[in-house]
Amino acid sequence: MLKPQPPESAPVVKKRISDPLPVQIVLIGLTLLFFIGFIFLPLGLVFAQAFSKGWEYYLESVREPYAIEAVKLTLTTVAIVVPLNAFFGVTAAWAITKFNFKGKATLKTLLDLPFAVSPVIAGLIFVLLVGSRTPFGSWLGEQGIKIIFSTPGIVIATLFVTFPFVARELIPLMEAQGRDEEEAALTLGARGWQIFGKITLPNIRWGLLYGMILCSARSIGEFGAVSVVSGHIRGQTNTIPLHVEILYSEYNFAASFAVASILVFLALLTVGVKVTLEKQFQKNSFHH
Amino acid sequence: MEFFQRKRRNILPGFGLSMGYTVFYLSAIVIVPLSMIFFNTIPMGWEPFIHAVTAPRVLASYRLSFSTALFAALFDGGVGLLTAWVLVRYQFPGKQFLDALVDLPFALPTAVAGICFATLYSPVGWLGETLTKWNIEIINTPTGIVVALIFIGFPFVVRTIQPVLEEVEQEIEEAAQCLGATRWQTFRKILLPHLFPALLTGSTLAFARGIGEYGSVIFIAGNLPMKTEIAPLMIMAKLDQFDYAGASAVALVLLLISFSMLLLLNAVQEWQQKEYR
Amino acid sequence: MNLGWIKKITITASLIAASGLPGTIAEAAGTATLLNVSYDPTRELYQSENAAFIQHWQKQTGQTLRIDQSHGGSGKQARAIIDGLEADVVTLALAYDIDAISDSKLLPANWQTRLPNNSTPYTSTIVFVVRKGNPKHITTWDDIVKPGVSVITPNPKTSGGARWNYLAAWGYKQKQSGSAVQAKNFVKALYKNVPVLDTGARGSTMTFAQRGLGDVLLAWENEAHLILKEFGKDKFEIVSPAISILAEPPVAIVDKNVTKHGTRKLAEAYLNFLYTPQAQDIIARNSYRPRNAASLKKYAANFPKIKLFTLNEVFGNWRTAQKTHFNDGGVFDQIYLP
Repeated sequence: MLKPQPPESAPVVKKRISDPLPVQIVLIGLTLLFFIGFIFLPLGLVFAQAFSKGWEYYLESVREPYAIEAVKLTLTTVAIVVPLNAFFGVTAAWAITKFNFKGKATLKTLLDLPFAVSPVIAGLIFVLLVGSRTPFGSWLGEQGIKIIFSTPGIVIATLFVTFPFVARELIPLMEAQGRDEEEAALTLGARGWQIFGKITLPNIRWGLLYGMILCSARSIGEFGAVSVVSGHIRGQTNTIPLHVEILYSEYNFAASFAVASILVFLALLTVGVKVTLEKQFQKNSFHH
Repeated sequence: MEFFQRKRRNILPGFGLSMGYTVFYLSAIVIVPLSMIFFNTIPMGWEPFIHAVTAPRVLASYRLSFSTALFAALFDGGVGLLTAWVLVRYQFPGKQFLDALVDLPFALPTAVAGICFATLYSPVGWLGETLTKWNIEIINTPTGIVVALIFIGFPFVVRTIQPVLEEVEQEIEEAAQCLGATRWQTFRKILLPHLFPALLTGSTLAFARGIGEYGSVIFIAGNLPMKTEIAPLMIMAKLDQFDYAGASAVALVLLLISFSMLLLLNAVQEWQQKEYR
Repeated sequence: MNLGWIKKITITASLIAASGLPGTIAEAAGTATLLNVSYDPTRELYQSENAAFIQHWQKQTGQTLRIDQSHGGSGKQARAIIDGLEADVVTLALAYDIDAISDSKLLPANWQTRLPNNSTPYTSTIVFVVRKGNPKHITTWDDIVKPGVSVITPNPKTSGGARWNYLAAWGYKQKQSGSAVQAKNFVKALYKNVPVLDTGARGSTMTFAQRGLGDVLLAWENEAHLILKEFGKDKFEIVSPAISILAEPPVAIVDKNVTKHGTRKLAEAYLNFLYTPQAQDIIARNSYRPRNAASLKKYAANFPKIKLFTLNEVFGNWRTAQKTHFNDGGVFDQIYLP
């Protein structure tokens, strides 16, 4: 059973004031209750199904060539999408939080828009934009450029769906921090990039990290939008989620959930990266 | 154009560059593709448009999507704040594991989540068996939709609050405590206002996401016309009739409503922040 | 200040990108490829047919062949082709979906006359799947509209199979009573008994077989056999009604795409192959009804005698049926209005 420990024994650099133990126990208990109902049970179901035919079948399912192709395609997509959206997120958050301008609320809302767009629509708009029914799409077709129903289409749809994550993570954070530190640095003669690298970036590192984690998790798991632009060709345009769906539709439940469990491991991996980085930070802050 | 122009001179550099790139990337990835919905609706003409978007079934589906998304977002707001607090402030074994699992709803494809919930709450499922005995129906009811949407929106709230909470200066709390404030007072008067923008953002995002969610919901909703049919399903149904214009029309309405709600909430947040300062 | 972690992320990302370039399966050199875009229940059928045809083709021409498959809801697949999925051949659930592709000029309007039997090398019909022992005693269409019987069928708006289910029920009543009004009331009573409309046929199967909802599942005959095979003959049984619809899932070459890929000969050979005795046997083994009389006789045990009526007999043609019944404001919408 999980038991709250007194803060003294915790590996935290700063000593934090904290709540009385009973309060901690109740709050942690409530959180656990939610996790059991909404996270652990579905997760348990995934693994129960994945291993329902034994270890060997599980390994066979995740090592099958089509599954490996799907993993590769998904990782490629993540590797392109996350850096692009992270760079954009930092830029947009800088523009929005460090300056006052007219239409800021509108701009912020536009950033959120992809969240409000149904994944179905998110796929559809790219079909409407570059599908072969449209003049632009048929022109691209004549040039031999394939966008939808191939990898670029999947990447673009994923870019759209995960577009706001990093920016949305950074804006509240940078707003809470204000711009005093940057302005102070400026008066002390620091240049733009120096200010950004030495002041802003360290201040926003957590938000940036969380944003990138979310962005990669969502890119890994996106189903709806990608499903519309993928074409579902086995071994070619199937991402992991689409492969899961195919296996499920073939009544191959054990294999389907086995492949789904890869996604769970990938999600855990992203957070593993986060934890490692956290430790790195703490070490570095001692050297300062 | 007056929009997006700097109001006051600010001494910090990089406005032109960062704003230029922001607007460019925003247009390329979001605005231009989204405008296709609008352009595909134009050839329809006004009357067919109104007819398509105000059919009784479509109206019922808007109502269902908005109300279930709202309930789910409110629930997520509470649970998300709780979870973020526990994860940032307390130390307990297994904490990092819980932290890691917060993102699960994103990484698990929505279809898998939907299948999991439908299986769990089905009359022969782990939870459904007991619930059926008590005559509680989850699957194929609006409650089922809310359950799926709570799952889908949860990480938004936690991950928006977490970084803000990490950065809170403990000195403020210590000062409050020295001045004789109780823990609860410190939380309500000092921390909550500080966390509120993030909480609002997180819940709004969960709400917006809930309105459009398709993959997880169709497995648990039941999809009965007038009763448990969500708005994105109406779009799918129109597409399967090769009615691109009709589908775009419903999508456009959905988009406009969500957009104005987001706009409103952002405005409220801006105003709230000014008050706070 | 330490920027090392950013570097680490970048390096990790680029490593993943480098290792992840897709295409080892896709780019095996020197082979001809064919893309068959099909609907959901044909997965197992075309797995076997493709293997047989690849051998056949190799023997005949010496060329190695790879056949790519894409499966999904019939309407969704048709839309993907319209929007640029470069299928060489389509094998869909209903003619209306291929009509829609021909509307966008990818293949001629008379496509259905180009191959024998209305371009349908196999047929199927709609049957009932009930729980073992048939506890609700369902034997006829009239049994499933009785109060207290829970029927599982997908949403006709989003599923091709569901449209065949609907039309089978309607056609049964119209032929029996001679009245469209009675048919409409019959269908209305039927959908009153439906607690959930999944978006696809396989979704309905899961609802019925895995989640234990409903007393009877309306399904393709081939799916019904597959359900017994996958979920156990000890749990379910098939009930064949005396009358049902002749479901004709058509196949066609997508002219524009085969011209572009230079695969016309191959695509034609592939579709014609489906009519050969060898392919017809595979069809029968997958519980589709073969066109070839010899194959049908060979596997007659799988196919009980059902009086089958065609869609054209009752509804004219697919375009009319779609427009009257399933488009917005059609009969299916009306039966749900209060």
